[in-house]
Amino acid sequence: MWDYTEKVLDLFYNPKNQGAIEDPSEAGVAVVFGEVGSIACGDALRLHLKIEVEADRILDARFQTFGCTSAIASSSALTEIIKGITLDEALNVSNRDIANYLGGLPEEKMHCSVMGQEALEAAIYKYRGIEVEHHEEDDGALICSCFGVSENRIRRVVIENNLTTVEQVTSYVKAGGGCSSCAAEIEDLIAAVQQEKALTATRVAAEIATAQAQNRPLTTVQKISLIQTALQEVRPMLLADGGDVELYDIEGDVVKVVLKGACGSCESSTATLKNAIEVRLRERVLPNLVVEAVA
Amino acid sequence: MSAVIYLDNNATTQVDPEVVAAILPYLTQYYGNPSSMHSFGGQVGKALKQARNQVASLLGAEESEIIFTSCGTEGNNTAIRAAIAAQPDRKHLITTQVEHACVLNLFKQLEKQGYTVTYLSVNRKGQLDLMELEAAITGSTALVSTMYANNETGTVFPVEQAGAIAKEYGATFHVDAVQVAGKLPLNMKTSTIDLMTISGHKLHAPKGVGALFVRRGFRFRPLLVGGHQERGRRAGTENVAGIVGLGKAAELAQLHLADVATEKKLRDRLEKGLLAISDTELNGDRKNRLPNTTNIGFKYIEGEAILLSLDQYGICASSGSACTSGSLEPSHVLRAMGLPYTILHGSIRFSLSRNTTESDIDLVLEVMPGIVERLRALSPFNNDQAEWLQDREEAVVGAR
Ligand code: FES
Repeated sequence: MWDYTEKVLDLFYNPKNQGAIEDPSEAGVAVVFGEVGSIACGDALRLHLKIEVEADRILDARFQTFGCTSAIASSSALTEIIKGITLDEALNVSNRDIANYLGGLPEEKMHCSVMGQEALEAAIYKYRGIEVEHHEEDDGALICSCFGVSENRIRRVVIENNLTTVEQVTSYVKAGGGCSSCAAEIEDLIAAVQQEKALTATRVAAEIATAQAQNRPLTTVQKISLIQTALQEVRPMLLADGGDVELYDIEGDVVKVVLKGACGSCESSTATLKNAIEVRLRERVLPNLVVEAVA
Repeated sequence: MSAVIYLDNNATTQVDPEVVAAILPYLTQYYGNPSSMHSFGGQVGKALKQARNQVASLLGAEESEIIFTSCGTEGNNTAIRAAIAAQPDRKHLITTQVEHACVLNLFKQLEKQGYTVTYLSVNRKGQLDLMELEAAITGSTALVSTMYANNETGTVFPVEQAGAIAKEYGATFHVDAVQVAGKLPLNMKTSTIDLMTISGHKLHAPKGVGALFVRRGFRFRPLLVGGHQERGRRAGTENVAGIVGLGKAAELAQLHLADVATEKKLRDRLEKGLLAISDTELNGDRKNRLPNTTNIGFKYIEGEAILLSLDQYGICASSGSACTSGSLEPSHVLRAMGLPYTILHGSIRFSLSRNTTESDIDLVLEVMPGIVERLRALSPFNNDQAEWLQDREEAVVGAR
């Protein structure tokens, strides 16, 4: 039996926002839905969005899910996360956000959170008139024919979730979970992504070193890279206390971060943590950085 | 969760209290090694002999035809390897697509070692076609290995006829009877079976003990070599307590064979009630079936979600859905039966035991319609016409 969090069980037994959105034909409002999965794959999600056209904002979100406990809970979580945010913000919602909202999912069930992210994307693309077929064609070669998973889908999930093994990829997008004849290709892909990552890291590090030696100001990319590394250093401490931090954006010397879990919940701890992070970033990156937590 | 309503007896059973009582002295007082040359160990040797008798009696076999093993997996592996060793010149093997993993995976390994394996198919009811066996078998077939009854659907195979065909061609006939021992009467004296596996924990003995029937005169090569335990056919100091428990469990199973009719009645009532829910189907062979098992497909919803919903009421069942197992593919048994995906993912097995009561069944029948209704309300699928799944279904099936 899977070890589910209270939140997963709660959203499974008492799902929020289930059902479809009937087309209200209200002025200024559009209704759209996105679909992923299939009954063959064992899970499928139809995500319905009600969009305020003028503000490009999600007014309401509902789901219909065929799938296991975590598929249902993930769908319900997704609808809660995206209600009220703009479509652009919604496109930044990752499967990790869904899993985090649920207090985590067993790794073997991460594909349920990925399904949520993909349905959201499908709905928004559809609303914006971006041909989903085209989008999929652009996605590169088909790697896993058992589950119809393309190269780019695997790349994305590897990068976003920092995956290192074929088993993990299988848990996240199912690729490799059937006849497993694609396992070798997945392995190659992971290696390629890791290598690209390593190369970029060395290149940026070299650039930073030159910039610092010549006393040139850091470019934004360089700043982000340094900030990410510094954040990685503080994360274990936060994770140990049930929290987490993620870089949201930077504007000049203002670093915007999202505090998650326990870190986000109480005022005073937020301030302490913000300061702790700020101290670290100032000493690692630039002395004049200011850290702000976004909600 | 208060009381557990345990309807997952094909997975494992509760150890009978009488079995526990029989075992205890062999964990405390009588701890001698049965191979020892002193009377303290000798006492233990006697207990083994008695257990062998009890098991032989349940199987309608002779005492000398019983080898104790550690589980069904060991029994099946031993039997298959022994059969191959017995006729080293024959390189063809026959089994079915719906065997337990411990059989299927061994055959896959043997294929890599140069054997040709025929995997017999099953029909929509999960039943074998003996004509297919006749067509596949040749003079170079070393072994026909099949289950007696399927663990997921309860479908009972015509093993005696299959054995007769194997005999005609001089092939060894092995049967995995793990699900059958204690549920159907067995008589090895009049049987065509050469080798037969049983497992203790499926008949109210503890886990970690099983037995293999080896027909007298069969040229047996052991899997485990070492000491001369089990007359040289399975080395290693015996799991005495487990074996004593298996003996007692076999004795009790024989006594309870008569009650199986009651179990079947309960099963039938459960089945009828569940099939009254709309869009449900029975998976398996209604006629040739274990008396304790029913497997029902609830269309358009997924098995794990059903199981977790049942769990809220303390009801334990099992599903052929991939989500419960960590694997991503649904049950190979239900797939071999050619069930559509709409049923495949939402199939639930209820397996009863002699401990199952009327009120257990009542509760399942009371809560199941609500569970199905709730999950269907969440599902985007509600009829076989939903085209956006059909396209994908074909695509995926075609890719396999
Ligand atoms: S092709 Fe990927 S699992 Fe079969």
